[in-house]
This record gives sequence, C-alpha cells and structure tokens, in this order.
Amino acid sequence: MNYQFDWDLVLHGEYAEWIVDGLIVTLKISAISIVLSMLLGTIIAVFRMTKVKPLVWFSAAFTEFFRNTPLLVQIFFWYFGSSTILPKFVNQWLAHHDFEFAAGTIALTVYTAAFIAEEIRSGIFSIPKTQLEASRAVGLSFTQAYVYVILPQAFRIIIPPLISQSLNLIKNSSLVMTIGVADLTYMARQIESYTFHGFEAFTVATVIYLCISLLVSLIITQYNKHFLRKIVY
Amino acid sequence: MAVIEVRNLNKWYGDFHVLQNIDETVEKGEVLVICGPSGSGKSTFIRCINRLEEFQKGSVHFCGKDIHARDVDVNSLRAEIGIVFQQFNLYPHLTVLKNVILAPTKVRKTPKGEAEDLALMLLERVGIQNQAHKYPAELSGGQQQRVAIARALAMRPQVMLFDEPTSALDPEMINEVLNVMKDLAREGMTMLCVTHEMGFAREVADRVIFMDGGQKIEEAPPHEFFSNPKSERTQLFLKEIL
Ligand SMILES: Nc1ncnc2c1ncn2[C@@H]1O[C@H](COP(=O)(O)OP(=O)(O)OP(=O)(O)O)[C@@H](O)[C@H]1O
Ligand SMILES: [Mg+2]
Repeated sequence: MNYQFDWDLVLHGEYAEWIVDGLIVTLKISAISIVLSMLLGTIIAVFRMTKVKPLVWFSAAFTEFFRNTPLLVQIFFWYFGSSTILPKFVNQWLAHHDFEFAAGTIALTVYTAAFIAEEIRSGIFSIPKTQLEASRAVGLSFTQAYVYVILPQAFRIIIPPLISQSLNLIKNSSLVMTIGVADLTYMARQIESYTFHGFEAFTVATVIYLCISLLVSLIITQYNKHFLRKIVY
Repeated sequence: MAVIEVRNLNKWYGDFHVLQNIDETVEKGEVLVICGPSGSGKSTFIRCINRLEEFQKGSVHFCGKDIHARDVDVNSLRAEIGIVFQQFNLYPHLTVLKNVILAPTKVRKTPKGEAEDLALMLLERVGIQNQAHKYPAELSGGQQQRVAIARALAMRPQVMLFDEPTSALDPEMINEVLNVMKDLAREGMTMLCVTHEMGFAREVADRVIFMDGGQKIEEAPPHEFFSNPKSERTQLFLKEIL
C-alpha cells in the first residue's frame, strides 16, 4: 500500500477552509430545518387533534406520506419538481436566492416534521384529558389551551425523542449534497476529487458530525435537567 | 332574572337516558346542593350548564340568554361560569400564581400586573398567599383545591359550579375547602354544588336536590330535606350517607 496519509492537507490551509465552509452550511441548514420542522410538526400534530375533518385528514396524509417515502426521493422532488407546484412569485424569489439550499431545507423540514408530529401527538395523548377540559372550562379557546397548557406539557415529556429526531436531521442533512448544497459532506467530496485524499477528508467530516451530535444531545439534556421540572399530576 | 334556568333538560349517551326532564331555576345569590348516588347524572347535569357536555333536548339559559343561541360564544360563556373539579386539575407546569392569572390574561386580556394583584388577593382569601410561587405538586390536596377555587374566581364569574370538590381529599383537608366555599356562599356567590357534605348543605344551602337514575327525585330547603324527605329513595340515600 503506497497511500500517503496527509492530515495536514485537510487540517490547515485552503482545504481546511473548505471544511469550515461546509460545516457552516451543515449547521445552518440543520438549525433552520430543526426549528421549522418543530413548528410544522406541532401544527400538523395539533391539526390531528381537532374535530375538523379536513384538517385531520390532511395531517394523517401528511405524516403517512412523508414518513414512508425515501428522503432522497423527496429531496429530488423539491429540487426538480417544486417549480411546477410552487406559485410563480416563490419560484422567482428562489431563483434569485440559494435555490439548492431552499429546496434542501424544505425537504429536510417536511420529512422531519412528519416524524416530529407523531412524537408530539403521542406526547399530547399522554396528558390527562382533564387538562384540556380544565383549560376550556375557564374560557380558553382550543388554540389557547394547546399553546399555554397542553403543548408545554407535551414537549417536556417528549424531549428525548425530539433529541433523536434532531440528530437524525443533522445526519440526514448530508443528503442535500446530491442537489449541490455545499455542506460538510459535499466539501469532503470536493477535497477528495481535488486531492485524492478522501480518507482524511471523510474522517474529518465523520468526526465533525459525531461532535455536533454529541454536543446537541448534551445541550438538550442539560437544558432538560436544569430548566424543565418534572411534571406531577 | 334567574342566573341559571334549566328547562326540560334531556340527555342520552346512545340509548342510555342519562338526564331526564330536569327543570331547575337558580336565582342570583342562591346556593343549590345536588346529591344522589354514583352514576345518577349529577356531574353530567352541571357540566351541561357550561357546555362541557352537550345535550339533545331542552334548554339552559344563563342570565336570560340561551347558551346555545347563535350569538353566544362558548368561550365567553365559560368565562362567566367558574367550575371546580373533583381532581383539582391545576396546570402542573405552572406556578400557583400563573395558574390563577392564565385565563384572566389570555381570555379577558387583563394586564399582567392587574391580574397578579387580583390573583394574590384571591389566594389570600383562600388562605394560601404564601404558596403563590410554588408548583401544584408541592401543595397538599386541600391547598390545590383552594388554588383551583381561586383560579375559577379570578375570572369574576357570575356563578360557580362545584363537582364533588372534597371527595378526593383526605378527611383532615375537607374542612379547609368547605370553609372557603361557605365564605363564598355567605358573600352572595351563586353556587351549584354537587357534594355529599351534608353539614355544608345544612349550613349554607338554600335548596337541596336529590337525583337518582337521571331524574330529579326531590327538592326542598335543607331543614325540610333532611328532617322530612318525601321520597323513599331519598330516605334510603340519606340513611346511607348520614
Ligand atoms: N361519555 C359517556 N358515555 C357513556 N356513558 C357515560 C359517559 N359519561 C358518563 N356516563 C354515564 O352516565 C351516568 C351518569 O354519570 P355522571 O358522571 O353524571 O354521574 P354522577 O352522578 O356524577 O356520579 P358520581 O357520583 O360517580 O360522580 C353514569 O352511569 C355514567 O356511567
Ligand atoms: Mg360525578
């Protein structure tokens, strides 16, 4: 074997900058998608709890559809297909901005939201029905009851699954390189094709993914421990 | 004008006729005690008044207005009708103070400071002003139920409904809750109380009604109700619980 390891190549200089650039894109797309998918997932979950049939059906179809089709196909769908279904002004706006990044964000958000919606729904089910009743009985609307009483309790219960959904999203974000988003994986691949030092490049990328994941779980666990008290009924 | 007027109220769960031809009028400042065996429809009856339960036949008027009228908003209706449940049902993720100010600030849009002043006054009135910043789980059952009463009062309701407010409590805590309820009654609050605390009924009720099998079997002022019950079923029931 005459492969010469060259760690310096990826740890210093121009290629290291590529890695950093890629890391920033990965962090950005992950952070934006996590926040958006929590919001969307919450809305989808609450739709399912209403007595409004069309909302219930929409929410059920949404979760089934996006959870049961491959993420890569969904990414291609938003990338190649979105111009057909999105309104014209959105397309125009996208064309002048980072279209790849937007398509990737939408794909990750929608896909993860479907999973998060199911977690939130199971959280909601674990809260005694009397909580909703007590909220509605003082005059809170359905939405107010969910915003101030039901969801805050549901979220405390489902912190662990939400962590794992967030970590999945960070890992899944590596797939957006397929539509040309210059994320960490994309940059590692670039370094490989310029230098043929793929081993070093992907080792560094792997270690970085691992560190992000560990850091995110640590932060959420600490937050959970210090800021959220256990709920006793 | 009567605060609550129930006319020919009928409700079914499938084939089961849970409320049968109930008529009842509660005037301002009146205290009505409802008793009866388990499953007789007491909870269902008072929950029809704030539309926590819907019914198929008859009508309920609140301050002269049909609660099912098109222009009656269910949330505004409920804001005027306080209810206290057997199991307290406080919001476990909020402090006592926040439990009390939630509805006033969100439903009535009362400014936070004003809502807190009122909340602290109410908490003082039910004897737990020192616990305002604790969480419900840190309080005893009796204290939790008093918070629940303060929470309902914070909306300044026209009438208070109580659904067996003391039956989930340890015996030594029952009186602290009953005392709060007696004070309320004496201050002129209109109250409908499902309870088997006959001492409470004797002391503050204007009328006691006895329900069985979804029907109102008997209705009388307390002294008459206890000393001279007309129906046999009432006599049997009273024998069992006294
Ligand atoms: N959602 C429901 N579906 C079917 N039947 C019901 C439902 N809720 C209550 N019931 C029945 O209606 C009857 C009256 O119930 P309700 O809770 O009003 O009785 P209650 O007098 O309050 O009794 P308790 O003293 O046990 O609280 C009971 O037989 C109960 O089983
Ligand atoms: Mg009951």
